[in-house]
Amino acid sequence: MPKTIFATSIQSRPVYGELWPRPGTSHLMIADAEGAGAILNLMARGGDALLAMSHIIHVQGRSGTEYAVRLAALKPAQFQAAPTYGAALPRLKKVLADAHMGLQVYLAGTEGLMGQTQTEAVAAGIPAAAIQMEHCGSRARRVQCVHCKGITETVCTDPFRCAHCGLDLFVRDHYSRRIAAFQGVNIDAETPGVVPAALERFP
Amino acid sequence: MSPTGSMGAAKIAVRVSEVVEVNALIRRYRFVRRDGGAMPAFSGGAHTVVEMDDHGTRRMNPYSLMGDPADLSGYEISVRRDAAGRGGSLFLHRHVVPGIEMVISHPVNLFPLDLRARKHLLIAGGIGITPFLAQIAQLSATGGRFELHYSARSAPLGAYMDRLAARHGDRMHCYFDDQKQRIDLDTLLRGQPLGTHLYVCGPRGMITWVRTSAEAAGWPRETLHHEEFLAPPTGTPFEVVLHSSGKTITVGQQQSLLEAIEASGVAAPYLCRGGVCGQCETDVLACAGRILHNDHWLSDAQKASGSKIMPCVSRFEGRALVLDR
Repeated sequence: MPKTIFATSIQSRPVYGELWPRPGTSHLMIADAEGAGAILNLMARGGDALLAMSHIIHVQGRSGTEYAVRLAALKPAQFQAAPTYGAALPRLKKVLADAHMGLQVYLAGTEGLMGQTQTEAVAAGIPAAAIQMEHCGSRARRVQCVHCKGITETVCTDPFRCAHCGLDLFVRDHYSRRIAAFQGVNIDAETPGVVPAALERFP
Repeated sequence: MSPTGSMGAAKIAVRVSEVVEVNALIRRYRFVRRDGGAMPAFSGGAHTVVEMDDHGTRRMNPYSLMGDPADLSGYEISVRRDAAGRGGSLFLHRHVVPGIEMVISHPVNLFPLDLRARKHLLIAGGIGITPFLAQIAQLSATGGRFELHYSARSAPLGAYMDRLAARHGDRMHCYFDDQKQRIDLDTLLRGQPLGTHLYVCGPRGMITWVRTSAEAAGWPRETLHHEEFLAPPTGTPFEVVLHSSGKTITVGQQQSLLEAIEASGVAAPYLCRGGVCGQCETDVLACAGRILHNDHWLSDAQKASGSKIMPCVSRFEGRALVLDR
């Protein structure tokens, strides 16, 4: 699975790189769906020495269980397959709470997964710039409605209807690292009822 | 701008109120404002540039503020006598006594605590303890979590160890070279909780050792902080053309390029005068020879390109150097 290339945008919009092994005393990898491909590449680069120090958490996402089987077969020091991000969160918090300096964090997959995990890691004391991220798979966005503040997951179209207040929202590239979400702004505030057709901008 | 045409931080007219012999090598100086007012606020890790008129030679050396940042009745610095240096510390030790009027700069902090840290790991070598004294006072007042590892040549040369031990004995570890004691750095680095930031101040070898060990142990660069003020190295005299000012100057053996520029009456920007802050960065218009880059500011690529120079600590060897100044 090749990493995704995004069009250049405003500075607020996150950019992603490619996962490479870094020196460290323990390594935590979190991926969802096709993000597993980036972890498989990372492990091929790091070899057995990296595997022996690695804790991999895979969130199933849209990909089914195929990737979890392949990651488990690597036999890292620890592995957890989680059906959703919410199911993985308690373990993620515990790993970060018990960790020491020397921990390296690698994130791969969708922006929603990487953004939320980055927020947890930063809250635990890791500088944002020290967290490696590689985007793979769906470009669906996690979007906050700037009007009602509700967050809608897996937004694929622009505009889309807020799952909380029902307003039609235009999806901006303006991103909040604090809440790990793009900003959605009412598209027909000045022309009520005039809403362009939804395009699948984030397949 | 001050009467001397200097472009550094704003100046404070002070009087030396106290000089204390801390040990065989170190003296402490306390400055109070001549107008009786309060000093500008500072944070732990800040320094001041002390101006000296050493029998006609103008010296401006940076020293860390070591007092409690909550006490603005005066500033305190500790100065280690460096017999091999260019003379700033010798001037202070020999000629500065209580009552003397001096000029110092407003504080500048190039070595601040990162207050997002969960814990602060402080590693000091010798006189490198001074910024940590202010930082520890600040952390104690705000309930910050810290641990100090302090190396000195011997117990008598461990300045302020007694004071620190009395207040923070449970957070402090001392090491003495003459007893062959050395920080067990690898164990120390492995045992720190996530969110720890590391600060090191001391001799160059110690800073390099601590930083390279921490990077090898997987500490992010953003969590590693150090401060090392460089004294401008001496060297062969050289000539420099200041293009914008239309002057040609000669930099003496004991003089820094910045000092030579200032001596010619040209105002040049500066803050730390120790190769750290970046303020004096100057464009090189032509260079037939080799720039001796001695700073911590320019990247390796910038140094290799020869398009910039830091006049506070760097020198030149060759036929001609033309600066945009």
